[in-house]
Amino acid sequence: MSVNLTLLIVMGVLYACGIYLILERSLTRVLLGLMLLANATNLLILSTGGYAGLAPFFNKDTDPGAYNDPLPQALILTSIVISFAVTAFMLGIIYRTWVLARQDEIQDDMEDRRVAKTPSFDAEDDAVVPLETSEFALTPAGPEATTDSPATDPTERGTA
Amino acid sequence: MITVLAMTFVAATVAPLIFRKLGRNAFFVLAAVPAAAFVWLLLQHEAIYSNGGMHAVTETLPWIPDLKLEFAFRMDALAWVMSLLILGVGSLVLVYCARYFKNKDPDLGGFGAQLLAFAGTMFGLVAADDLLMMFIFWELTTVLSYLLIGYARTRLSARRSALQALMVTTAGGLAMLVGLVILGQAAGTYRISAILEQAGGQAGLLTTGPAQGAVAAAVVLILVGAVTKSALVPFHFWLPGAMAAPTPVSAYLHAAAMVKAGIYIVARLAPGFSTSEFWLPLVLGLGLATMLVGGYRALRQTDIKLILAYGTVSQLGFLTMVVGLGRPDAALAGLALLLAHGLFKAALFLVVGIIDHQSGTRDIRKLSGVYRSSRALGIVAGIAAASMAGLPPLAGFVAKESVFTAFVEFGTGEDAHPWGPAVLVGLVLGSILTFAYSARFMWGAFASKAGVERTPFKAIKPAFLAAPAVLSVLTIVYGLWPAPVDGWIQPYAALFTPDAGASDAGAGHLALWHGFTPALGLTAIVLAAGAAMFYGRNVVSRAQSLVPDWVDADRAYQRTVGALDDIAVWVTGRTQRGSLYFYLTVILTVAFAVPLTALIVAKKPLPGGLYFIDPNSPLQLIAAVGIVVGALAAVRANKRFLAVLMVSVTGYGISLMFALQGAPDLALTQMLVETIVLVAFVLAMRSLPAELRDRTGGRLRVVRVMIGAAFGITMIFVAIYAMGARVATPVSLDFPKLAYEGGGGLNVVNVTLVDIRAWDTFGEISVLAVAATGVASLIFVRGRGDRLRPAATVPAGSVGRRTGVERDSRDGAALALAKKFADVGRDAWLLGGRTLAPERRSIIFEVVTRLIFHSMIIFSVYLLLAGHNLPGGGFAGGLTAGLALTIRYLAGGRFELSEAATVSAGTLLGTGLATAAASGFVPLLLGGQVFQSAIIEVWLPVFGDIKFVTSTIFDIGVYIVVVGLALDVLRSLGAEIDEHFEEKAIPAGEAVHAEPVPAGNIAAPGRGTP
Repeated sequence: MSVNLTLLIVMGVLYACGIYLILERSLTRVLLGLMLLANATNLLILSTGGYAGLAPFFNKDTDPGAYNDPLPQALILTSIVISFAVTAFMLGIIYRTWVLARQDEIQDDMEDRRVAKTPSFDAEDDAVVPLETSEFALTPAGPEATTDSPATDPTERGTA
Repeated sequence: MITVLAMTFVAATVAPLIFRKLGRNAFFVLAAVPAAAFVWLLLQHEAIYSNGGMHAVTETLPWIPDLKLEFAFRMDALAWVMSLLILGVGSLVLVYCARYFKNKDPDLGGFGAQLLAFAGTMFGLVAADDLLMMFIFWELTTVLSYLLIGYARTRLSARRSALQALMVTTAGGLAMLVGLVILGQAAGTYRISAILEQAGGQAGLLTTGPAQGAVAAAVVLILVGAVTKSALVPFHFWLPGAMAAPTPVSAYLHAAAMVKAGIYIVARLAPGFSTSEFWLPLVLGLGLATMLVGGYRALRQTDIKLILAYGTVSQLGFLTMVVGLGRPDAALAGLALLLAHGLFKAALFLVVGIIDHQSGTRDIRKLSGVYRSSRALGIVAGIAAASMAGLPPLAGFVAKESVFTAFVEFGTGEDAHPWGPAVLVGLVLGSILTFAYSARFMWGAFASKAGVERTPFKAIKPAFLAAPAVLSVLTIVYGLWPAPVDGWIQPYAALFTPDAGASDAGAGHLALWHGFTPALGLTAIVLAAGAAMFYGRNVVSRAQSLVPDWVDADRAYQRTVGALDDIAVWVTGRTQRGSLYFYLTVILTVAFAVPLTALIVAKKPLPGGLYFIDPNSPLQLIAAVGIVVGALAAVRANKRFLAVLMVSVTGYGISLMFALQGAPDLALTQMLVETIVLVAFVLAMRSLPAELRDRTGGRLRVVRVMIGAAFGITMIFVAIYAMGARVATPVSLDFPKLAYEGGGGLNVVNVTLVDIRAWDTFGEISVLAVAATGVASLIFVRGRGDRLRPAATVPAGSVGRRTGVERDSRDGAALALAKKFADVGRDAWLLGGRTLAPERRSIIFEVVTRLIFHSMIIFSVYLLLAGHNLPGGGFAGGLTAGLALTIRYLAGGRFELSEAATVSAGTLLGTGLATAAASGFVPLLLGGQVFQSAIIEVWLPVFGDIKFVTSTIFDIGVYIVVVGLALDVLRSLGAEIDEHFEEKAIPAGEAVHAEPVPAGNIAAPGRGTP
């Protein structure tokens, strides 16, 4: 099997640059990084086709091995167009971020930070519940609620 | 049985409708359902008990035959006795509910449905003969009990207790499921009756085979489920908590039904598995501990409902011990006790509900003189409490006598168990506590207490008192005439093989009077000691208050859940940092470190066949240098558009690389995409600042460089080894022939896309449609945007005016000059060019656009149609058309675009997808395969022989989708952002712009543009 080192080294450089860019805060650079990664991946797929060959247009006199492998080409063609769609989508996101927040930077998620600092106390789970000794005395609308019923806890609401 | 179940669940489903019609009286209708089932059950008595009670009624209905799952039901003596209790008490509780609740109580319909469904579910649980079927009912009871306990949704205590009960019983249920599956797999069947037949004996599941240990473990796991459900120590705390439920629910769930499910499991498995290794220690140890803890704590309560709740805990421990002992006499006593307990505990809870309902409190420190207010209630309660305490001649006494008999035999008989005496002592102690808290309950609820004002008490309606009264009458009947009950239980007790050499081989009989037996003596001790404890209750409670709370299981549960919360918060805080950089760093580091480690550890030599310069295409080196330079420059660039441009350089370089590698289609497509993307970038980023600062500096940057470099190098080596490892012939060697003969095209890549791998492409264009819609929705936010009005209605020079230009500056002069030429009366080159502000227009661009637009469209169609045989295809064609539209937009502005593309992008995307889909399923209609293509050769005049391949239709769909995508990008990132700009500029423009543009040739009066 033949391995084209030139293609692979170019691919490696594109991957390295793409990774460097997506580790950046600027959304624009992240998008550019993604595009470089897509290009790198296309080169990776291309290199699986082996030596450069004839363009794959059928000629019954040509040996199938003489063409450049058409299967990776079909895959790359798909990839190119999808990358276009993704890039356009990301551009939409960048523009909207800019319109809404006037910035082109990926912010840390403050909600996540807040969650990390939250104490685990939860009123629903951990608050002290007053002891109840009747289902009826605390129901304000209930006719059974007698005047000398136990002291009603003001925080407690009735079933009604 | 299936009919009974179906009837119950159907009735539960329609229950809310009945409630809407009848209000709370609907409970009577619901009560009729278990009552009818109860009658049916009585009719089954003959069938089950005719043949010495060894017969059983079975029903099966296949459910999922592949999983051997079926609705298998089996009604034997045990199930029958349990069903009596479940259906009978269920019916009475529903009757009681009709007076307990008020018409205006919220969500009565849902509540009634749940309670009825609960009765049905319990019936299903005891009748099921399939382990998994039983488990399903088991879990249903858990869920329904959650809903029922949490009926008072607005009360925190109800919600929390419901959740606690759910969590504890579900945890046990999960353990049980594991146990059931192990047991089922070991036995090779999930049929309970079949498993029990296999268990025990010399060749049984427990004694032979490799599954021996697994079965023992399974039994323990199942017992864990039973222990949680029946609220045994250490899980007993949920049951008092569940007293937040409405009292009828407590009466049913916590007396007759749900908590008995655990006892039922023990009773069901005891005939086969009571000799299992861990059975007796678990059953006796936990049972006894629960009995004592429950009784002890019942004496400390001041809420009569909680006294009963802890009493129930105690009794459940008691029942577990007796039922689980695995001897015929204990089995008889156990079921007798179960029935007696169901009768008196349900009655007592219902009485508590009445007291609460009529007086508004359950606190024994506030209740006084209730007996004087309602003697009937006091008598009903007294009978039940006496039965609980074990007084003759009531059901509780009869049952307890046999229990004592069995345990005296167990502890002191000829074949006495080593723990027997200790267990017996514990049992007597527990019974003394039971007597004491029974007395405390009666005293607390009914007595007239010195120093406490008499509690106001409303008169009780007969219908309200009916249910507990019936139960108490049954308690007396059962006590006086235990023979029928004895007959019902004997067949179950006979399932136990009596121990060899036992003096009394049989189970004995239930009777009110056995003569002067040791059991009677024990009862006498219990009564005397219990009475003493009650009379010395002040001493007892003082002693109790001196003892600190050793372990509060409820608090332990709270702490456990709290610790889980803490761990969850800690783990979330450590992993969900909210920083994309952090996530990516972790992911990417793993992504290169793992393969790199594998490569290093494997120490494989580099494969052969490596080369730097492709002999067929040495020029690749030049493209390579261009790409590398572009990529590095893109990283270094500190201006936004420079960076974009540099990425484009790599893109164009790769296009060149494709061409040199022998992939003209790729080269063409990449070139077109790169161009459109460049335009899209410029359009979208117009408003962003030109500076592109690198904000992550210093050490982080070093980390980024290292990760990037390591990732790139790893990918190179992974690729080398992966490709070097390839040994098989590429499948694509067949593609050229396949493409020509099957697909009817010369362009192998295109035929691959539209025919050989059409499914992939169809998925891809779907993604395109989604992405295009995404772009449009991000920019337009609402909808896809209406079609713009025709260019003819737009005032000339109104689009994209520059504002803030001083008239006497140099720009101002240029502007004035441009305006002179902008508004001339001859035919325009472009329809919409006129609408642009003069300073935006370029006549040359407009002329060129006019000249090349149609040619480009024709060319795109050519690419589409020729693509089957020559470079091109739907993608390249669509992109070319998109590029043509881009040029129109750039030259003439958004109204020009709208004139150029009269069909909306959404319509195009839909049409394209529909076309492609049609080419997929039409062959199916014609009897072929999805996406099968046909080659049609016809002769047409002028054109001659025409070869038409139907996959071209698919390609046309692709073409239309791609045009739609391009149009969406232009409409959104171009036209709509233009409008955003102008909307913002209007206020300032009006103030500053000194000289309005003459609105000379407006064809129709448009909306006044400022």
